[in-house]
Amino acid sequence: MADSKIDLKNLKAGGFIKERGKDLFTIRLRVPGGRMSVDRLSRIADVAQKYGKGYVHLSVRQSIELININFSDFDAVVAELGEDQQKVASCGARVRVPTACGGCEYNPNGLVDTQKSALEVDEKLFGTATGHHKFKVCFAGCPFDCPKSAINDVGFQGAIWPKLAAEECIGCGLCVKSCGEGALSTGADGKPVFAPENCLYCGDCVKVCPTSAWKVEKRGYSVRVGGKWGRRPLVGTLYATFLPEERAVDFISSVLAWYLEKAEGAGRVRLGDIILREGSASLLEHLRKDFADYILDQTILPQIIDTQLPLR
Amino acid sequence: MEIIDLRGVSCPTNFVKAKLALEDIETGTIVEFLLDDGEPVKNVPRSLKADGHKLLGLKEVDGHYVLTLEKGEE
Repeated sequence: MADSKIDLKNLKAGGFIKERGKDLFTIRLRVPGGRMSVDRLSRIADVAQKYGKGYVHLSVRQSIELININFSDFDAVVAELGEDQQKVASCGARVRVPTACGGCEYNPNGLVDTQKSALEVDEKLFGTATGHHKFKVCFAGCPFDCPKSAINDVGFQGAIWPKLAAEECIGCGLCVKSCGEGALSTGADGKPVFAPENCLYCGDCVKVCPTSAWKVEKRGYSVRVGGKWGRRPLVGTLYATFLPEERAVDFISSVLAWYLEKAEGAGRVRLGDIILREGSASLLEHLRKDFADYILDQTILPQIIDTQLPLR
Repeated sequence: MEIIDLRGVSCPTNFVKAKLALEDIETGTIVEFLLDDGEPVKNVPRSLKADGHKLLGLKEVDGHYVLTLEKGEE
């Protein structure tokens, strides 16, 4: 079946997935953060029209997948997509394309620039071989967490820490009204009283404040590690709070280093399963070396989800 | 005093109506909006603030809310 004219470099990058049909493959495109310019989309449509069977698939991780592509067309497809404009994604035991919500650019809820983070991680870490299993990263702009950060190997969730400039507060009570977590109550003077132990860092108080008396004192990511889905899902747990956005790449690299070291000899196993085996303290200690200001003192193990299959 | 009753109007129609009503009002005018409890009172004030109007106060009256603002520059 091997055709000497095919550029094997393309295949090695991953993203070319064998289908049922003879000689047919799905080509998974690299779309970090799910952001796609209309020009690129148009070119993808042309290529899909020319080489596919009339439809594409929007994958669950924000990719566009070209369906029913004959392997003899691989090089042409890659060339016509334009290597500098549209690349192919990865599969297998590699760092996958990071996913992200819209972040703060146009969404009024977004607290951080998730798109910027996704592009940076994609540029610096995409395709890194882990030697063991896939590695998924995602960025959520706020605690609504549409991208579901906790089921990624490393998941980032936007967060802010609010601070009140009491002299600017007009006692309107909107923040107390908006806080769904019970972190704000009305004081005797009509101004809000903050209960920090109940705060999720969502920033609704800051967003609703009519005089901007509530201000952002700290902004960053709540980071969860060890999530996965599939047959044996795990929900990742919190390792860092208010990690500065510019340190996301280094953080992921540090987690990868721990994963590669501890998973040595363990074969095809996800990060979350290694944490279950080694314990979270080991990973906390490792991360504390470079991220001491943000790492929790302790955390819980990845949370095992009961899928109820096999039926008991 | 302009009083605009948006009770019974769901989001985002209430904000759109508020926005349109303010277009016909002179800058600097004090306006009161009546808003339902729940999503309306949590969303409309900050959307109007983002449009450049100056929020002056918010009071609960008989289970609904009265938002007082000063119309800002276009």
